[in-house]
Amino acid sequence: MTAKTTISRGDFLKVSTAAGTGLALAFHLPLLDKLTAAQALDGFEPNVWVSIDTSGTVAITMHRSELGQKVWTTLPMILAEELEADWSRVQVKQGHFNPAYGGQSTGGSASVRTSYDKLRRAGATAREMLITAAAQTWDVDRSSCRAENGAVIHDPTNRKLSYGELVETAARLPVPEEVSLKDPKDFKIIGKSMKSLNAASMVDGSALFGTDFKLPGMLTAVVFRCPVFGGKVASYDDSGARAVPGVRHVTQISSGVAVVADDTWSALQGREALKVTWDEGPNASLSSEDISRTLADAAQSEGTAQREEGDAQAALDGAAKKLDAVYEVPYLDHATMEPLNCTARMGNGSCEIWVSTQNPGEAHEAAMEITGLSAEAIKVHTLLSGGGFGRRLADDFVRDAVEVAKVLDVPVKVIRTRDENIQHGLYRPASYHHIQGGLDRKGQPVAWIHHVSGPADSSFSVSADSPNYGIDMAYAIPNVYVDMTTSDIPVPTGPWRSVANTQIAFVNESFIDELAHAAGKDPYEFRRTLIKEAHPRLLGVLDLAAEKAGWGKRRRGRYQGIAVHGCFRSYAALVAEVSVNRRGEIKVHKMVCAIDCGTVINPDGVKSQVEGGIVLALTAALHGAITLKNGRVQQSNFHNYKLLTMREMPVVEAHILPSNEPPTGVGEPPVPPTPPALTNAIFAATGKRIRRLPVDTGELKRG
Amino acid sequence: MAQIAFTINGQPKSLELDPATRLLWVIRDTLGLTGTKYSCGMSLCGSCTVHKDGEAIRSCTTPVSAVAGSEITTIEGLSADLSHPLQRAWIEEEVSQCGYCQPGQIMIAAALLAKKRRPSDRDIDTTMSRALCRCGTYQRIRRAIHRAAREV
Ligand code: FES
Ligand code: FES
Repeated sequence: MTAKTTISRGDFLKVSTAAGTGLALAFHLPLLDKLTAAQALDGFEPNVWVSIDTSGTVAITMHRSELGQKVWTTLPMILAEELEADWSRVQVKQGHFNPAYGGQSTGGSASVRTSYDKLRRAGATAREMLITAAAQTWDVDRSSCRAENGAVIHDPTNRKLSYGELVETAARLPVPEEVSLKDPKDFKIIGKSMKSLNAASMVDGSALFGTDFKLPGMLTAVVFRCPVFGGKVASYDDSGARAVPGVRHVTQISSGVAVVADDTWSALQGREALKVTWDEGPNASLSSEDISRTLADAAQSEGTAQREEGDAQAALDGAAKKLDAVYEVPYLDHATMEPLNCTARMGNGSCEIWVSTQNPGEAHEAAMEITGLSAEAIKVHTLLSGGGFGRRLADDFVRDAVEVAKVLDVPVKVIRTRDENIQHGLYRPASYHHIQGGLDRKGQPVAWIHHVSGPADSSFSVSADSPNYGIDMAYAIPNVYVDMTTSDIPVPTGPWRSVANTQIAFVNESFIDELAHAAGKDPYEFRRTLIKEAHPRLLGVLDLAAEKAGWGKRRRGRYQGIAVHGCFRSYAALVAEVSVNRRGEIKVHKMVCAIDCGTVINPDGVKSQVEGGIVLALTAALHGAITLKNGRVQQSNFHNYKLLTMREMPVVEAHILPSNEPPTGVGEPPVPPTPPALTNAIFAATGKRIRRLPVDTGELKRG
Repeated sequence: MAQIAFTINGQPKSLELDPATRLLWVIRDTLGLTGTKYSCGMSLCGSCTVHKDGEAIRSCTTPVSAVAGSEITTIEGLSADLSHPLQRAWIEEEVSQCGYCQPGQIMIAAALLAKKRRPSDRDIDTTMSRALCRCGTYQRIRRAIHRAAREV
């Protein structure tokens, strides 16, 4: 059984018939859920190419950035499935940015979600053309032919032609207007754990990241930046820096003073010798305490209502039992292992950029603004990223390189040292939450009031209508009021893996736990009965996580905590198992995750994203805080901005709920429920409710 | 400036450079071997790990003068053809996510395996806790080391 599907105008499929190139299909993947009007009107602008050469090698050129989330394997799998390709002959290449394609940002756990149907149709189109080519070659009815493993087979006569042998004929055929998609039960690649196409390059040092990129004659630069946000260069003395062997130039750019040298070591030495006097500006006394106070004060005032159901205040006033709590979370840095970096070359009226980015479109725009060149004169090449987590959606590191390149006649790579990465981040916003809840006599929640207070930042939103920001209130409580106040705080912020879900899920899933305990009910059962009927998939993951973790059947000395959250149209539940010793030290033994992300393309890929999401979130809950004093970020490297280590690594189990729904986000959904699952388990172990992250183990000391 | 000679991945080199230059930058910038990564520059993460006469060292804080006369091995020199049991195990267990920390992880694990043919979980915890992975691949690293240990 196969389903017919019409190639819509939105697919913009095109076939290249250049002789000797084999079969090359170009098509368009919308980068947002909907094509923008401009894209639709502009007509065909391909951003993905699949070509099959005469040797049968299938090359897929992707527009998405690879950051460790395995899109370079998962997206080709979808296409290869319908193409009936031989997986061992599939290769993937990074496509370069073309302004005509619109944005190419990789974020919002969107890559698979938005590309699935298109990639299937593209693969099916190529397959149908190859089958037609074979049928014509043999002069048989095409319905008697089938494709399998990189070849077309004619069963009645036992003949077979490989794709490589068919591409020249296929390339001369018209693109079919209607193709059949495979029945999911016949899938051979989708739903199987396939080996990553770039796995070998990751273990022999050959993978080329942004920092590894080199051009002939290229110089390397580091920038001396004002330690205070918003500060500026007042004056500088570069005589010492210029005296360092290998240093070629010292030049001021928007973000500070750049030292340009033959190699990294010389640039670093030059920066050491550079003397800069800063105009620290108005933020020179800013501290974390000030920020906390600002957010707490703001929480007292009336915010903008985000959600209003029933009369929450009246219900709280009349409740048999009332709970009132304050939660607070700090700023967090992304701390990608590969530092931010960018290489740029200017000259002959053009600008070329090589960068590890999640957002080449943004890089392109920044370069246009800085250079004043036309869109066509700027080329952006995306390189492999050593982690992104949202940080590489920005363009600050691109600006550094383009500004330096502007004053040089040779290419330059600007690289940030670890302290610069940590102290000049775009942080996950800190936030402050005042939350109140009321229970009736039977222990049923009747009121929920949540004042969210955070910095003004587009990535920090608790808007009820954005599916990306998740289900902010999944529980059936008759009277709910959520509002939000924002304050202008001069700390740069930006999207961090799963954005505002990190704050909201921590607060909601901790407070629902508080209500469960206040009602004398089991936290899992309490959630179960309250999850709204509209969220059966949320209930599905909650039940699966509880079952797999053996909820309630705990081992001596070990305690469990549970949390559940939906975002990016996926659902994840976590059960944490911890023990806490008398000194307050926490041992996380196990994290069991159940995830529902619709149709799963690459189960092992999903599992590795779950493992990674849990580690990132545990790191945040146990260690993560960017704090300020005298306007300066106090953390500078991994000794005071700690990452989870092997020794702290719990056993992680990832269980995937089988589903035929369309594929949805995987990279981000496991992150939000992890910290509350952990702190709920700590409560079970110690009776101490953690309302401030990271966990202060000093507060857990007993005896 | 000084003349410093050492062997890297079996090839003898003699370089004229500032003896304080950190080995990492000599490997990456001067010799063009970019498999060895920079991440912290302060001996805190392990991304820059190479072998000096078989021992795992942090190249980001090692002055090149300290390796004069030594044999250095980088990830590029671990095997010519992905045949090192750890490389095979890493591929088999699908360890890498972004991959940036992995050359360092593998070099640390290789020095461990060379000393201890059957490392326990505890050995792995102790040794590998010196190597950070922001993508959270620790569980797979552990599995891959055990797998490689079974194969040697
Ligand atoms: S870069 Fe050397 S230990 Fe981190
Ligand atoms: S795989 Fe990305 S840092 Fe380890």
